[in-house]
Amino acid sequence: MKFRLYRYNPESGEPPFMQDVELDIDRAGTMLLDALIAIKAQDETLSLRRSCREGVCGSDAVNVNGRNRLACITPLVELKEPVEVRPLPGLPVIRDLIVDMQPFFRQYRSIKPWLVNDAPEPEVERLQSPEDRSRLDGLYECILCGCCTTACPSYWWNPETFVGPAGLLQAWRFIADSRDEASAARLDHLEDPYRLYRCRGILNCVDICPKGLNPAEAIGRIRTQLVKRRV
Amino acid sequence: MKVTAGSHTGTGTWLVQRATALVLALAMPVLCAYVLAAVPADFAAWRALFQPQAMRAACVLTAAALALHAWVGMRDVFMDYVRPTLLRLTLYLAVIVILAGSVAMLAATLWSLP
Repeated sequence: MKFRLYRYNPESGEPPFMQDVELDIDRAGTMLLDALIAIKAQDETLSLRRSCREGVCGSDAVNVNGRNRLACITPLVELKEPVEVRPLPGLPVIRDLIVDMQPFFRQYRSIKPWLVNDAPEPEVERLQSPEDRSRLDGLYECILCGCCTTACPSYWWNPETFVGPAGLLQAWRFIADSRDEASAARLDHLEDPYRLYRCRGILNCVDICPKGLNPAEAIGRIRTQLVKRRV
Repeated sequence: MKVTAGSHTGTGTWLVQRATALVLALAMPVLCAYVLAAVPADFAAWRALFQPQAMRAACVLTAAALALHAWVGMRDVFMDYVRPTLLRLTLYLAVIVILAGSVAMLAATLWSLP
């Protein structure tokens, strides 16, 4: 099977290049990550991130044939040859398929991804009704792989000021949480021309999310809250 | 340097864009149908078409909605692509002058009809 891999070693002083690799591998039931690990076994200089190998940790997000995907849950049979594997777009490349996720996590941190509740702590836990809990479905499942944010042209243009789909999905996850008491402050923080309103409804995030989540819907719900308190 | 995005203007401009889009979606087909129903063949017919005050007002209001809608759109484009503050401000000003001037010119033209 033919692969084209993005290679970049900043220590070599050479510019990035695409490396053609041929691998003898059984496609049936094999994921792209297995192929990349097999290629790394042949050439140990190939650098990539991976951990859980089952689509939960989100560390092996790469751009495959122009589409952001998790290598560990991408079957080889689905891919057209040569399989072009690049690092996630829109983030600085550290080496080969490894990108610097700092800009992504900086935006994630900016939405304060933790419960804010100054009420005295209860004996056991802060309880939620099943209805309140169900509002978090489709939100808490995000694994922060960065596939959506790095596929968003609005994020490419404004990585320092636009929170991006993953961060906004999490922002809504905490605004929607019945145990959180900082919804007003969270909405205040998002109400400027950039942090949320750079979303132009391109919907790459919805198309690309490997967990099938819908950041655009979450952004729409935040916007509805912002409009409701305005009018 | 730290990036400080601020000013609570996002929702307001977003609402303006949506509201003006709605106005345009309703007004444009009506205005087009009104003109197409009696396509003016000469200046007299054209003048007669725009003689009613309601028609003039509708035209100017639609143009104002179009100008506001275009302003938000152009502002978004400049925010994405034009980073130097002075250049961006100059472009903002140019767009405002062109759009406001166009609406004013339309109003002046319609109300100066003999």
